[in-house]
Amino acid sequence: MLILNCPYCGVDAEETELAAGGEAHLKRYGPGSSDGDFHDYLFMRENPKGVHFERWRHANGCGKWFHAARCTQTLEVFGTYSAQVFEPPQKIKDAITAKRPGWTWREFS
Amino acid sequence: MKHYSAFAVAREALRYHTGWERAWRSPQPKKRYDVIIVGAGGHGLATAYYLGKNYGIQNVAVIEKGWLGGGNTGRNTTIIRSNYLQDPSAAIYEKARGLYEDLSQDLNYNIMFSPRGVMMLAQTQHEIRGYQRTAHANALQGVQTEWITPERVKELVPIINIDGPRYPVLGALWQERGGTARHDAVAWGYARACSAMGMDIIQQCEVTGVRQENGRVVGVDTTKGAIDCEKLGIVVAGHSGQLAEMAGFRLPLEAIALQALVSEPIKPCMDVVVMANTVHGYMSQSDKGEMVIGGGTDGFNNYTQRGSFHHIEETVRALVETFPMISRLKMLRQWGGIVDMTGDRSPILSKTPLQGCFINGGWGTGGFKAIPGSGWGMAQLMATGHSPLTEAFSLDRFKEGRFIDESVAAGVAH
Ligand SMILES: Cc1cc2nc3c(=O)[nH]c(=O)nc-3n(C[C@H](O)[C@H](O)[C@H](O)COP(=O)(O)OP(=O)(O)OC[C@H]3O[C@@H](n4cnc5c(N)ncnc54)[C@H](O)[C@@H]3O)c2cc1C
Ligand SMILES: [Zn+2]
Repeated sequence: MLILNCPYCGVDAEETELAAGGEAHLKRYGPGSSDGDFHDYLFMRENPKGVHFERWRHANGCGKWFHAARCTQTLEVFGTYSAQVFEPPQKIKDAITAKRPGWTWREFS
Repeated sequence: MKHYSAFAVAREALRYHTGWERAWRSPQPKKRYDVIIVGAGGHGLATAYYLGKNYGIQNVAVIEKGWLGGGNTGRNTTIIRSNYLQDPSAAIYEKARGLYEDLSQDLNYNIMFSPRGVMMLAQTQHEIRGYQRTAHANALQGVQTEWITPERVKELVPIINIDGPRYPVLGALWQERGGTARHDAVAWGYARACSAMGMDIIQQCEVTGVRQENGRVVGVDTTKGAIDCEKLGIVVAGHSGQLAEMAGFRLPLEAIALQALVSEPIKPCMDVVVMANTVHGYMSQSDKGEMVIGGGTDGFNNYTQRGSFHHIEETVRALVETFPMISRLKMLRQWGGIVDMTGDRSPILSKTPLQGCFINGGWGTGGFKAIPGSGWGMAQLMATGHSPLTEAFSLDRFKEGRFIDESVAAGVAH
């Protein structure tokens, strides 16, 4: 079972306590954006076989949203972090680099 | 290829079964093929088969990284039905269901198609309206389904509890000619027929790159070397995104685990397939007597073919309420497959931005039932550049807002 540490209340939450919220760090495009950007925002997920950034909610706990960095190929968790950021903190990036040198994600690496 | 028949069984019985030949060849790849299909699941093999049978294109290779039928085709719960809401879905699923009816004869391979009937229970007011609407849509589409009462449900499935405390059974959508088939046999039957046409099925060979020149596909790199081709079909289910990346484009889908399980075998107790979408569970009984059970997908992106156990628990809990007798059953095995989910829960059968490269994927949780129809349409698309069966399922529907929204029509994996 997937266990994620909630960065807000500090609890190691089992998956049954959590609700998955899909890919993280999406840039939102709305009215006035190009068709292509809007289409990508709505439908085109990264869907990597490897390092993945995603949103989770500690639904049956403190109720807060947070971010997690995880590997979709091994189910390894690299770490969790605040939802109030546009990209993962250096600590998380370093933890990933230690295990997956050369990883990249849309705008950062 | 030696023909299978009652006579062949008798003949082999008399000579101690020494005369059976291998069902398909396992050749080394040639330098070049007219068409390469990546993925020897049901959809890839059926595409190859109808390319040969309907269009005479037989210089074809089907390349598989594991063993044929080892992906979702060998992991699903084998439900076959065509009672979808939207017209394009009804067309391709009903084409498939129709082909399943005499596929055993066509392939000379017993795929054990069992049109035992598929029942989708309505357990809320919302579902009653939804399924009655589907029944009416099906009438217009020429798909035979009907709305039945709780009493008829009980008659068809005596082990069901129609007045459960939370979700009583209020009626059902009934498709009499839906049912099940032997999933492995579907892959094996198509593989044998393809091999007999001279096609090469190359197992244990992973495609690692897509070669292109001037915006046109010219071949693939594999763990057994480079192979040239004129046209390429990507039919890899959960790995569609990976192959698309190799080919230089992106797909609007995500890979997620879907699990299923079977119980210990028991005496025959239920001879139809029952789906309970509100509580997220469905069940049928295999010929061996096992209760075959499935439910909804897991929650997060996953390529491991393993799911989280609490989903199994949720599925079983839901079914125990509707089928109290299964509460004492032991569950024998549980497994997972990686399904490719699109935004509108409908598949993608399409040309791609890369010339000569076609995609057939996004079947998600419900593509076993579609195998013959999908192969039929995909072969037509690849051979002629157009197919009425696949037209609506093109990649640009997301940009154009032409969704084929089946998530509302099913609401559960199947
Ligand atoms: C638990 C479960 C239950 C299901 N129940 C039902 C059901 O009741 N009814 C129904 O209609 N559908 C059901 N489905 C869905 C159904 O199984 C799939 O939609 C269908 O089998 C997909 O077939 P396919 O040929 O596209 O994919 P697959 O059978 O997965 O074949 C794809 C093949 O591509 C190969 N491949 C991947 N990458 C590469 C590469 N790089 N190089 C070479 N080969 C590669 C894989 O090894 C695999 O063998 C279920 C699925 C699951 C997981
Ligand atoms: Zn918390």
